[in-house]
Amino acid sequence: MIPGIVCAAMRGEMHEQSDKGGYVGRSLERVEDPILLTGRALFSDHLPTRTGTLQAAILRSPHAHAEILSIDTSAAEALPDVAAVLTGEDIAAMSDPFLIVLKQPMPQWSLAVAKVRFVGEAVAVVIASDRYTAEDALQSIAVEYRVLQPVVNPVAAAESQAPLVHDEVGSNVVSERDYVYGDPDKSFDEAAHRVSISVHYPRNSQTPLEGYVVTADYDPTQAVYDVASNFQGPYTTHPVMAKALRVGEAGLRLRTPAFSGGGFGVKVQIFPYIVLMCLASKVTGRPVKWVEDRLEHLSAASAAPNRVIDIEAAVLSDGKITALRFHQLDDYGAYLRAPMPGPLYRMHGVMTGAYDIKNLAISNRVVMTNKCPSSMVRGFGGPQVYFAIERLMQRIATELDRDPLDVIRRNLVPAGVFPYRAAAGALFDSGDYPQAVELAVRDGGLEELQRRRARAREEGRLYGIGYAAVVEPAHSNMGYLSNMLPVEERRKNPKGGAVSNATVSVDPLGTVSVTADSIPQGQGHMTVLSQIVADVLGIGPEDIRVNLEHDTQKDAWSIATGNYSSRFSSATAVAAYQAARKVRDKLARIAGQNLNVPIEQLEFANGKIFASDNPDNTVSFYRTAGSAHWTPGSLPEGMEPGVRETGTSSPPELAPPTDDGRINTSLTYGFVFDYCGVEVDPDTAQVRIDKYVTMHDSGTLLNPMLADGQVYGAFAWGVGCALYEEFVYADDGSFLTGTFADYLCPTAYEIPEPTILHMQTPSMFTPLGAKGIGEGNCMSTPVCIANAVCDALDVDDVTLPLTPSKLSALIHTEPAPPAAAAGVTPPGAGRTLTGRGEALVPAPPATVWDTLLEPKNLAAVIPGCRSLERLAENHYSARITLGVGPVRGVFHAQVRLSELEPPSALTLSGDLSGPLASSRGSGHLRLAPEAQGTRVHYDYAFEITGKVAAVGGRMLDGAARVIIGQFFERLIAHVGGQSPSAPASWWKRLLKALGMAS
Amino acid sequence: MKPKAFDYIRAANTEEALQGLARGGDDARVLAGGQSLVPMLNLRLLEPEILIDISQIASLAYIRVDAGMLEVGAATTQAALQHHAELGRWAPLLGAALPHVGHYETRGRGTVCGSLAHADPSSELPLCLATLGGEVVLRSERGERVLSAQAFQLGMLHTDRRPDELVVAARFPVKSQGTGYGFDEMAQRRGDFAVVAVACAVSDGKTRLGVGGVADKPAVREWDNLAGGDVDDALNEFAWELGGFDDVHASASYRRQLVRRLGSRVIEEAKACRN
Repeated sequence: MIPGIVCAAMRGEMHEQSDKGGYVGRSLERVEDPILLTGRALFSDHLPTRTGTLQAAILRSPHAHAEILSIDTSAAEALPDVAAVLTGEDIAAMSDPFLIVLKQPMPQWSLAVAKVRFVGEAVAVVIASDRYTAEDALQSIAVEYRVLQPVVNPVAAAESQAPLVHDEVGSNVVSERDYVYGDPDKSFDEAAHRVSISVHYPRNSQTPLEGYVVTADYDPTQAVYDVASNFQGPYTTHPVMAKALRVGEAGLRLRTPAFSGGGFGVKVQIFPYIVLMCLASKVTGRPVKWVEDRLEHLSAASAAPNRVIDIEAAVLSDGKITALRFHQLDDYGAYLRAPMPGPLYRMHGVMTGAYDIKNLAISNRVVMTNKCPSSMVRGFGGPQVYFAIERLMQRIATELDRDPLDVIRRNLVPAGVFPYRAAAGALFDSGDYPQAVELAVRDGGLEELQRRRARAREEGRLYGIGYAAVVEPAHSNMGYLSNMLPVEERRKNPKGGAVSNATVSVDPLGTVSVTADSIPQGQGHMTVLSQIVADVLGIGPEDIRVNLEHDTQKDAWSIATGNYSSRFSSATAVAAYQAARKVRDKLARIAGQNLNVPIEQLEFANGKIFASDNPDNTVSFYRTAGSAHWTPGSLPEGMEPGVRETGTSSPPELAPPTDDGRINTSLTYGFVFDYCGVEVDPDTAQVRIDKYVTMHDSGTLLNPMLADGQVYGAFAWGVGCALYEEFVYADDGSFLTGTFADYLCPTAYEIPEPTILHMQTPSMFTPLGAKGIGEGNCMSTPVCIANAVCDALDVDDVTLPLTPSKLSALIHTEPAPPAAAAGVTPPGAGRTLTGRGEALVPAPPATVWDTLLEPKNLAAVIPGCRSLERLAENHYSARITLGVGPVRGVFHAQVRLSELEPPSALTLSGDLSGPLASSRGSGHLRLAPEAQGTRVHYDYAFEITGKVAAVGGRMLDGAARVIIGQFFERLIAHVGGQSPSAPASWWKRLLKALGMAS
Repeated sequence: MKPKAFDYIRAANTEEALQGLARGGDDARVLAGGQSLVPMLNLRLLEPEILIDISQIASLAYIRVDAGMLEVGAATTQAALQHHAELGRWAPLLGAALPHVGHYETRGRGTVCGSLAHADPSSELPLCLATLGGEVVLRSERGERVLSAQAFQLGMLHTDRRPDELVVAARFPVKSQGTGYGFDEMAQRRGDFAVVAVACAVSDGKTRLGVGGVADKPAVREWDNLAGGDVDDALNEFAWELGGFDDVHASASYRRQLVRRLGSRVIEEAKACRN
């Protein structure tokens, strides 16, 4: 039972009997479901907008790193129904750069200013009558770039000679901090074993169904920006937006809807777009709406940071770990946006995981690269850290020739020590980790799984078992980022805490309303809040209306407001509980006066308030509340009329960091223990999850069905991270996973049903006893599956995602090519598109040479060339239409001929830019005379970046060959006097010559 | 992600569609199920001026057997073919391949001929057509011509269809006595574009194997009297000849691996179900 909540002993006619007593702890069906399932819920794109609302579309950079030399918006502005076009220069004049945590000279606005730093960065915004027109106008904006060398790999970026993402900083490593707890050096010196592992955690994101949506409406009469958006918090970014807009907080009214198409942390990064649309509204004098599309979301919204971790353990001969040492390099992409670098520090207090390890050294580096800025994603730093720790646990087991579960058991935080202070400062609130492990082993059927593995291995199959033990932090301390500041600065301005708000009111007819600051994203907060308030007030959840739309001008909020760090069940839920307690206290005073009973002796149940020792001495809940509205004069002396109480939660355990750098990063710490069995197909190397068991101790479960829903969701994404999902960038910084055919999210077919187990050890730091449960499997599942795959394949190291192609490279040895094919180099090794070939042109070399050197002829030979203008000797600009099959785009090209050796060799190089792609490359041609004409040998290398690279990656290699085919077709046609639409036989002979047909 | 404006013509019959194509030429595109075309329009990867919708042309929605060929009209959806009661008897290879074509939802709109005309190198239906040695019927106001699968599909997204021509039907040879078929593919998720797809037909003395996803178009190899012990060498040679390519999903080496392993699987499968 929940402490402090009065349970009704009797159930009246209004409400169903409940064996358990209260509503909290029961799997009540979701209040939200009828609204959602009947299609009544309004998602952000559905929200009504004012008449005359304009639509925005955003021009994005095709380059990973480039100077913006010029932007010509005149053609776009001249189009009918285009209201305005804004560029970075306009934005920089109207707004201030966003505040960031670090004092580093790396200013950023909502549009790129002077330089672009990742593919997809917003460069200009068109505001037009509708989205179609706005997208038409995007194609008319001409941007001249000077392409710079990008840096994509975090390790390369951290080197001193690396190209700089932000020149003024002088380094791509923008923060470097070391922490030592206990005496790790001594432990390492004394240890029997030192075991280490290096891991590269990939970039990924849990992609919501609905992307970003912003409608901004500037009211010049009040100087208020009125914004409706599916922003999810934390509201620490509200002052960041207000400052950028040069207004006080009241000047930015931010409204969020009750329903969301999912958030998963990603939706904090709407904030630059909120500012951008506010400015667009101010410029146009009209409301402006922007709806992000999927390509924009995947390429430019946000991602969890990819991280490189070197981790080392000092281990005694019995498997006991005495110290851990971390070197972390966390990659935040092109910009450090508030509240970054959160993922690196959110886990700080809990870097020893579920283990009792006293000595710890941490070295943290924040590195910038030419990729999309990383930010909050469900799991928030946990998946990265636990991938390192739990892979290390398996390595220790292997090196000491022990069972991995044995090593886990030997090191777990023992029972009976709670509250337990972890080495770096986390204060674990409750739990019994050894018991949770034993329950999971027993109830999940580990022995049977081990038998299954033994049988499979006897049959020669690739079967493995993996484990992961994880402490799941929830309800973040808003002060954790200050732990990266020098101690003197921390002392001057100590930061710590997290405030939550909820309001409960009772109307004149006794109906109860609840509003709160949880900014839900589908978790079922309405349901749980109605359960909590119902129990406190002794009424039914169906008598409670919960409205979780949020409005910063009307609702209580704080910087901690929002939907993140699994904070709901220990934060907003507690605030609602406190608000309901205040309402109860007030109504008890009124009823106590009317019934002439001391308030301590009153109970609330079944819509009635009554004396506990004499239930017949009763007054109805609604009449009592009504008197506060109808007859304020009858209220106890000094009582204010009305019933509307705001409750807050501000846990004292969330203190600022100590001088020695210890911090309690979160309020609650759940425990998760997983194990699984996987089988790898010996032919295709595909992973099949045979069985997955996940045990959770998340304290008291407020609604077990919703808790399981959180586990399912986190598990599904965990499977995605383990096997499928990665944002991939080429070395040139081009983004290669811009569609859901390339960024692979698992579907119902790919996700097995996990066995979910619970135990409940109530948290001692929250009156409801509940902890977070939304992120545990994001942390445990990827590494659990990776451990199982390592066990199945008997390999030491794997990198996520565990794609069949990667695993095949670990288990298959490719047979040599047959003698006839020896020496053949298959095309397409690496990302730069390269190739070579030859073609027979029916004319002597001198004719071919003249064709290429004479501009008019060159124009006829370049596929799709509409116009060719001579800029200098052998240097041309051209407008060309290029295409493969039906895909066609218009490009501006610069073409150069160089390394001329008439009439036998030359190099043709150039760059292309257009709405579909930007490309740079060169081809070398050698002309050799033959009896039938000239044998042209060619080899080429080029890079493509932009939209086509992001959405058509698997087509590019073939597309290159088709276009080169077109070039030779035209060359042959030109010198041979054939028209380009030559008979099919020409085409076929050409294809044969190019090795493209048999 | 909004397409550029285009004229939309819903053709009531084949003649109307052909008129539209004759007028529009290269600036016109045919819309059937739209499962590939519409996303490409939204991404503005192509910007046709005219879209000619043939999906409502009743005379093009048919499945029939004629002269030993299973003929499928241009308005016939993949789902309609997949769920045809006689498909297993007429063309077991298509029966095995169709569940891998996109998703349940996309097959409800996507057409068989649309998939052939789109000519994606990873697609299952062009692979089946090539492996079975089928043909494509093209019609324009100038007349009709019939191309073999090999002559029709030239490369990636590239066919020999001329701008004024409409693919009106595809013809797949009906299963012959004593021939066995096999189909398999490796896609990371169900319904994804195949990394590699393989289709096989085995009859007396002949083994015919088609491979999709490795080259610019389906590649077909036929062996006479391929003995069990020679299969591995034959597949290794084929794999190296195709080469493959690297992309975000798979390496060239992995693609060759799949040609060998999946190839061997489907040859076995095809042999096993010969009757």
